[in-house]
Amino acid sequence: MSPWSRLRIEPRDRALPPLFSLGLGVGLALLLGAAIFAGLGVNPLSAYAAMAAGAFGSGHALSEILVKATPLLLTGLAVALAARMLLWNVGCEGQLVMGGVFAAGCALFLLPPGAPPLPAASAALLCGALGGAAWALVPALLRAWGQVSEILTTLLLNYVAVILVEHLYYGPWRDPAGFGFPGTAELPAAAHLARLWPEALGRVHAGLPLALLLAPLLAFLLARTRWGFSVRVIGLSPGAARYARLNVPARTLAVLCCSGALAGLAGAGEVLGIHHRLQEGLAVGLGYDGIIVAWLARGNPLAAPLTALALGALFVGADQLQTNLGLPASIGQTLEAALLLGYLAGEFLARHRVAFGRAHVG
Amino acid sequence: MWADLVFLGQIAVKSSVAVALAALGELVAERSGVLNLGVEGMMLMGALAGFAAALTTGDPWLGLGAAALVGAALAGLHAFFAVALRANQVLAGLALTILGAGLSSFLGRSLAGQSGPRFRPLHLPWLSDIPVAGEIFFTQSAPAYLLYGLAPLLWYWLFRTGSGLRVRACGQGAASADAAGVNVARTRALCTVLGGALAGLGGAYLSLSYTPGWATGMTGGQGWIAVAMVVFAAWRPLGAVAGAMLFGLFQALQFWFQATGQELVPAWLLRMLPYLLTIAVLAVVQGSPSLRRRAGAPADLGRPFAREG
Repeated sequence: MSPWSRLRIEPRDRALPPLFSLGLGVGLALLLGAAIFAGLGVNPLSAYAAMAAGAFGSGHALSEILVKATPLLLTGLAVALAARMLLWNVGCEGQLVMGGVFAAGCALFLLPPGAPPLPAASAALLCGALGGAAWALVPALLRAWGQVSEILTTLLLNYVAVILVEHLYYGPWRDPAGFGFPGTAELPAAAHLARLWPEALGRVHAGLPLALLLAPLLAFLLARTRWGFSVRVIGLSPGAARYARLNVPARTLAVLCCSGALAGLAGAGEVLGIHHRLQEGLAVGLGYDGIIVAWLARGNPLAAPLTALALGALFVGADQLQTNLGLPASIGQTLEAALLLGYLAGEFLARHRVAFGRAHVG
Repeated sequence: MWADLVFLGQIAVKSSVAVALAALGELVAERSGVLNLGVEGMMLMGALAGFAAALTTGDPWLGLGAAALVGAALAGLHAFFAVALRANQVLAGLALTILGAGLSSFLGRSLAGQSGPRFRPLHLPWLSDIPVAGEIFFTQSAPAYLLYGLAPLLWYWLFRTGSGLRVRACGQGAASADAAGVNVARTRALCTVLGGALAGLGGAYLSLSYTPGWATGMTGGQGWIAVAMVVFAAWRPLGAVAGAMLFGLFQALQFWFQATGQELVPAWLLRMLPYLLTIAVLAVVQGSPSLRRRAGAPADLGRPFAREG
């Protein structure tokens, strides 16, 4: 008899706290990272030290974490909102890009010259949200009234959005005075999102407080309003929702479009607050990262700021690896996947006990 | 005109092989009840492993083997989470795609832009000389011929043998299959791993034949299109190949418009075409109630199975 035949998995009476699965996720990610570093011939400890120093070692690095966390929080909220209705918005990447496109288009072509900054930036942000919502509209309609899986439709549109934005900044929207550089002209200054405190917080812009405001707002909407309640009911029990005569297709449409709008805001924030033009570097995976932000926060909008900060720190640290040790920054993406897999394993172990020997009788 | 159509068909078949192999793999996994959304990641890792192995050994066949192994290993990871840990399969699959994209991106840094061995178009005696059909289907490279053999084989296995029936039972009603004495967990794990090996082969076809060489993110969403084509095919192997050929045709139209210099449709719109048409195909197949009823996804698809319930 092999020892494995004595291995048993039993459900626990009470699940371990969520911090357990998070801790296991982080632990597993660190372990996988160490294996990768060792495989590349780098001492894992010095690599992690370089990452930590890169992420927390200076005021500039800390501000960069906030810069990275801003779009991560918004796409995280977008995924979390859809997940409440058991919908998978894996199209945040494309919605983010279209948010950027609409915001840039508004700033370049719609705003009258000499518009005052606050209304101008607000209008551009609003257009960005609209762009994200518009990009989610077709998957939402297909899901609401055609029962077409939103996973594949939202995801495939990511590729379409990237092709579209490349066409725009290589083609019709390209800056004629840009020396052949692919990108639009710089957006008018009035449409830029204000930097909060450039001396101390560097590139941190008004998108951060906006995102931090939206998180509790979304939590309130879901927990305390009639609409949020109906959304949660549909997510928990579609049968009960139909019995209660809730208009499921209308809610599906609203939730997916709001989710798209949040992702669109993320893109608008990047374009109006950081890049100040439409150019390469918008579709860098922030939409996919939102899935991890949302799930590590267990779908709770109030916990999403924390997971967005943690993921932001991971990416800033990974960027440092590139500058200091010459390691590719895409290691951040690998660690991120390990984090998610570790979290999934932790979720299982929080609910189950692994034991050797004979089962208890009774 | 006639020659143009033959050329179009040739490119369509050539463009469809990777998606077809990956779709067949996903189909086997889904028939057993496991949804694996990691196809894109497995294809990327397969493309990289295939190219790297072919480059070091000089033999594209060894590259194909290495790609199948790497794809199977990644799928094993998914099987561990989906079957053993009964995790959320959508999330585990997405994690696998992110993992494959990240890993292949930095492991492949030094290989980008290098040229290595590749599969060349293989002239088959007799078959390649058939007018039109032979010119379209039998002027391809070796992996395409592998696909022609594999698709009917998988159909026969799934629909005409006892073990194929057990696989379908695990996807259709895991509890009943379990009661009938089928080891659901083992069947699902093996089918997932087999699916991963096929996804790896699909990726290697890209880096060893279709667009020889390694480039970061070179699959460009073909893994996702493969998942969509399984739905289009109503979970039937020959339908999956037909779906992949449809995707190949979308791709071929793009090249054809460019090659013949017809400026009717701008290039950027043509590049979107395969993705948009795939969405349209999904909308028609899933959106129409009668088609949806007839297609019928495996009832227990994506549902973890545990005996205690």
